[in-house]
Amino acid sequence: MLRTRGLTPYLYVAPMAAVLLLVFGYPMARVVDFSLRRIRGASGPFIGLENYRAVLSDGTFQEAALHNALLLLAVPLMAILSVFVAVLLYDRVRGWRLYRTALFLPYILAVPIVGIVLSYVFQKNGVLNELLRALGLEAFALDWLGNSRYALWTVMGIIIWREVGFGIVLFLARLASLNEEPLEAAQLDGVNWGQRLWYLLLPELRGTIEFYAVVSVITMLAWVFSYIWAISKGGPGTATQVLELYIYNRGLRDSLPGMAAAVAVLLLLGTLVLIAVLFRVRRSAEELG
Amino acid sequence: MNTALRGSHRTRFHPAAWLRQFLLIGATLLALFPGFFMTVTAFKDSRSYLDNKLGLPWPLTFSNFAEALHGGKFFGWFANSVIFTVGSVLLSTAIAVLAAFALARMRFAGRDALFSVNVALMVVPPVVMLIPLFQLFSDLELINTYPGVILLYAGLTLPFSVYLLTNFFRSIPTELIEAAVTDGASDLRVLLQIVLPLSPPALVTLVITNALWVWNELLIALVFLPSDDMKTLMVGLTVFRSRYNLDVPVTMAGMLLASLPMLLLYLFGQRYFLRGLTAGAVKS
Repeated sequence: MLRTRGLTPYLYVAPMAAVLLLVFGYPMARVVDFSLRRIRGASGPFIGLENYRAVLSDGTFQEAALHNALLLLAVPLMAILSVFVAVLLYDRVRGWRLYRTALFLPYILAVPIVGIVLSYVFQKNGVLNELLRALGLEAFALDWLGNSRYALWTVMGIIIWREVGFGIVLFLARLASLNEEPLEAAQLDGVNWGQRLWYLLLPELRGTIEFYAVVSVITMLAWVFSYIWAISKGGPGTATQVLELYIYNRGLRDSLPGMAAAVAVLLLLGTLVLIAVLFRVRRSAEELG
Repeated sequence: MNTALRGSHRTRFHPAAWLRQFLLIGATLLALFPGFFMTVTAFKDSRSYLDNKLGLPWPLTFSNFAEALHGGKFFGWFANSVIFTVGSVLLSTAIAVLAAFALARMRFAGRDALFSVNVALMVVPPVVMLIPLFQLFSDLELINTYPGVILLYAGLTLPFSVYLLTNFFRSIPTELIEAAVTDGASDLRVLLQIVLPLSPPALVTLVITNALWVWNELLIALVFLPSDDMKTLMVGLTVFRSRYNLDVPVTMAGMLLASLPMLLLYLFGQRYFLRGLTAGAVKS
């Protein structure tokens, strides 16, 4: 530790504190306040939990919340897929570097670009359906984004397609940092691929899987706006409506900032609860192990 | 970190090498297909796109690019994205370096609480602050301004920056710092002459992660930069798409142009990208 006089440390942290107060502190306090008022212009009368009641009974909100919850189903899938591919690459199959470069490319493309390009791929008369018809799979040539039964799942597929690239390089980097001696000893003992994955690699990857799960949970709850905006803007109808878009629409398009603020508070609480649960799971897993 | 992967091919765990190749080739085709589609379509005219969406473009058409760049909006959007990205990454890094130095290397009341608050803020979604921030920025007349939105992006990336740098600064051997202090160096000199020269690995991670975040960001850019001259590339692309909705080749030409800068950075600086984006998670 450096010996510093009186106020010196506070001078170093002052810019950070000021910016965090402006960008996080003040708006977070205001959003709670907004959610309890009927806002007209800058403020309005206190109405208790009226905004929350209005939001919770709004069918569009319910759908948006359901859709975010369904998108969370992709998190375990993404983790499994990227661990699997990373372990395949870790075995240094011929050309693993090229595979890594290619598999990470989706993550390099910006979300709006991914969304726009893939929304053409998935068009009813798009290239995917043309390909399926050419292969004689006419029955699978669906209206991927135009039919409200499939739209959310198609969006989920697009998100998985891009985000798995990050998972693969993340797990591969962790695997590359492992001590190889126990693995080589196991090789000599004739451990098979599945046993090695389950008993030797997965325990080492646990911390990284947790990190990836937290990042992905936040993505699915509060980071899908750019995908949705570029792909479907919430449509058809409300088939791909999500909480972020709901906040944007209510707060800025419909001028109902009180309702938007109530959803923002609920979203924040939901995110915190889910992350607390994830860390809880980790702790009990550690106690068991 | 790459020593484990640099060695020769492993031979013993190859019970089904062909199966592995088969799976990896399938995954690679899947990963590359949209980029392939974007590229070939950008070189077709609309007629040949409608006739055959999958086929290779022949003869090559270059007019889509001219059409996409027509009017020069594209370059303005691109310049704005560069300004916001560079500006906010520099600001965020500068503020974080100062704060992290104090949090990691000085003792003062409230230090641990400050660090905990900072960590907690890493999981707060930006959309939560959207409505109050929009009102505040309207009152301060910061909508549609470079300083306002640079400050906003710097603030939103600050918790991660401070977290990463504090952990890194804590890992610097105490002896190095003690030696400088014994020589009579002030704390600012310790930061500038001892700590920062040791920090490039952490700074690379920070710059790449934050730059990608700001470059790709859509919601803040959409709300806080409504005027046409101030739009970022990402918002511009969604506008562009609705304008050329029916002309798919022109849209794809625009998307291809917009992805080139990041693609080139990635292909030439792949080591830094991969190391930068994974370092934070792998250390733990």
